[in-house]
Amino acid sequence: MKTTIVQALRQGLIEEMKRDDRVVLLGEDIGVFGGAYRVTEGLYEQFGEERVRDTPISEGAIIGAAVGAAMTGLIPVAEMQFNDFIACGMDQLCNQAAKMRSMMGGQVSVPMVLRAPMGATGRAAQHSQCLEGWFMHCPGLKVVLPSTPYDAKGLLKTAIRDENPVVFLEHKMLYGGASPGGKAKSAVGSLSEAYAPAPDEEYTIPFGKADIKREGEDVTVVATSFMVHLALEAAEQLKTEGVEAEVVDLRTLVPLDRESILASVEKTGRIIVAMEEVTTAGAAAEVAALIAEEGVFYLKGPVKRVCSADTPIPFAPAMEADAVPGSDDIARAIREVMEWE
Amino acid sequence: MNPETALELYRTMVVMRKFEEKLFYLFSTRAMPGSMHQYNGQEAVAAGVCAHLSRDDYITSTHRGHGHCIAKGADINAVMAEMFAKSTGCCRGMGGSMHIADFNVGMLGANAIVAGGIPIAVGAGWSCSYLKNGNVSVAFFGDGAANEGAFHEALNLASVWQLPVVFVCENNLYGFSTHYRRVTNIENIADRAAAYGIPGIVADGMDVNDVYEKGGDCIQRARDGKGPAILECKTYRFRGHSRFEPAVYRGKDELEEWKKRDPIVVWRKALRDDMGVAEKKLTALEEDAQMVIDESVAFAESGPDPEPAAYKECIFK
Repeated sequence: MKTTIVQALRQGLIEEMKRDDRVVLLGEDIGVFGGAYRVTEGLYEQFGEERVRDTPISEGAIIGAAVGAAMTGLIPVAEMQFNDFIACGMDQLCNQAAKMRSMMGGQVSVPMVLRAPMGATGRAAQHSQCLEGWFMHCPGLKVVLPSTPYDAKGLLKTAIRDENPVVFLEHKMLYGGASPGGKAKSAVGSLSEAYAPAPDEEYTIPFGKADIKREGEDVTVVATSFMVHLALEAAEQLKTEGVEAEVVDLRTLVPLDRESILASVEKTGRIIVAMEEVTTAGAAAEVAALIAEEGVFYLKGPVKRVCSADTPIPFAPAMEADAVPGSDDIARAIREVMEWE
Repeated sequence: MNPETALELYRTMVVMRKFEEKLFYLFSTRAMPGSMHQYNGQEAVAAGVCAHLSRDDYITSTHRGHGHCIAKGADINAVMAEMFAKSTGCCRGMGGSMHIADFNVGMLGANAIVAGGIPIAVGAGWSCSYLKNGNVSVAFFGDGAANEGAFHEALNLASVWQLPVVFVCENNLYGFSTHYRRVTNIENIADRAAAYGIPGIVADGMDVNDVYEKGGDCIQRARDGKGPAILECKTYRFRGHSRFEPAVYRGKDELEEWKKRDPIVVWRKALRDDMGVAEKKLTALEEDAQMVIDESVAFAESGPDPEPAAYKECIFK
């Protein structure tokens, strides 16, 4: 059993690397050092330098080399130290990886995974973003956000076996605190049993299938990643007030499980979309648009988003906490929508 | 160089030139969609380098990619059909001139982002190295691309990983309208090789023999596991940057001077005068090349247009 996402991801990588010699890893500090967040710890020793490659600090070349390798027979899993750094390699991700198959008329596929930590943990504007909306806005990329060790392993194995480029975003608060610089900020110790461990046996989790992490009749909270756990906390608070919230963990944004979202809203008539990304023009806006287009008649009142403020994430802990939503913000939103009959 | 190779280089260059001449005509006389960037004048580079590559080796190319496609042995019918945006095109009408590719022969694609193909060539070289299949990868790019960050990142990575990649810079003096010396403070882009600890070689890009010899050395070196190199080919494009762009930023005299060194004219003369190839043989080869191009146009014109919704099948596998 792997009880943190870091352990679960490592286990997923080991299993896939043992299954298929074409699976190779590359990234900054992932080899000799074992990775900034320890996901690849021990893999350099286990699989050797040929398969676990330290790179220069060159995000464009890391992603580009992964694209070229994926087009010619390998299955690269590239790690970005923080998802913010993908900006440096955005051409290779969005103009190359995402478009290659289309531009070439289906002659080629690009079976690669780009893993990256995301989320606010006291590191200010350039190490704290949640950028899933960027990648979701680029047709040709699949976008995955696990919230538990169980999901992380199963989804990562699916990502590695997928024949398309997959952006795999891991929230730092869910990692479990492993960090070479001392204990990193982590929420893992305070999470419910919903943070389910990953068993050692073989399994995969299909893309495009949301997971109902909590069932409820009164209100739907659609969430991803760390916000799934904050939504569960809020749901427990509201239970004492007689409200049963349903928490829908999307797990993948591309493909998006539209059916599960609509089915839950049809049942509850109220919806909150809780994601840590900034509010404007993101994945939460897309879910809201889906409801507006296809589920508006199920609703007792307007869709409500609980996202970060439209701001670069500030450093001071009190400011960060103000900008980034917490479980109280979700609870408040639930109370608001419960007023609609 | 043996006589067959000498003649084959000539044939490849003539096919490229006739392909471009036909396209220029087609663009001027009918509504061929989109835009194009022509290779006239630079033929010796693709021909001389690709003569050392097999179908299993890889190349990445640029927005000016027709010549690389032809030299790598792409299906010319399918390439021409792609220019016509037909479903029989090599990219089924999804790519056009700037994305032509033929994966059956290791042509990983023209690329409409300047320097976009260079890191991809490094990745392909990584595959060759990891799979130990003895293949190599070649990145073609222009003088403009050498000022992109992707160039630096890719060369450094290829060098530290000692990958079998040859970086072929086609220095045609202009990035669109801008002379490279106005934006590059060294004469030879190949000199940047020193920064990566790899060889940097300058070739006369108007002389297919020189490109062939020096390209061969770089490719053999890569194949032998000795790592990457830069091969800078000094060359010139005879047409404007794209389609009918008149290139007023270049003096007419400059163009005329370079045209005196037309790689096809120069090599034809060498074949006839120095290597004793009969005029009749050269003429026959030229006629054959014209036929290949004419047939490709007939193939392209007769092909069906793609279904308007066919693009939806290509997004994911």
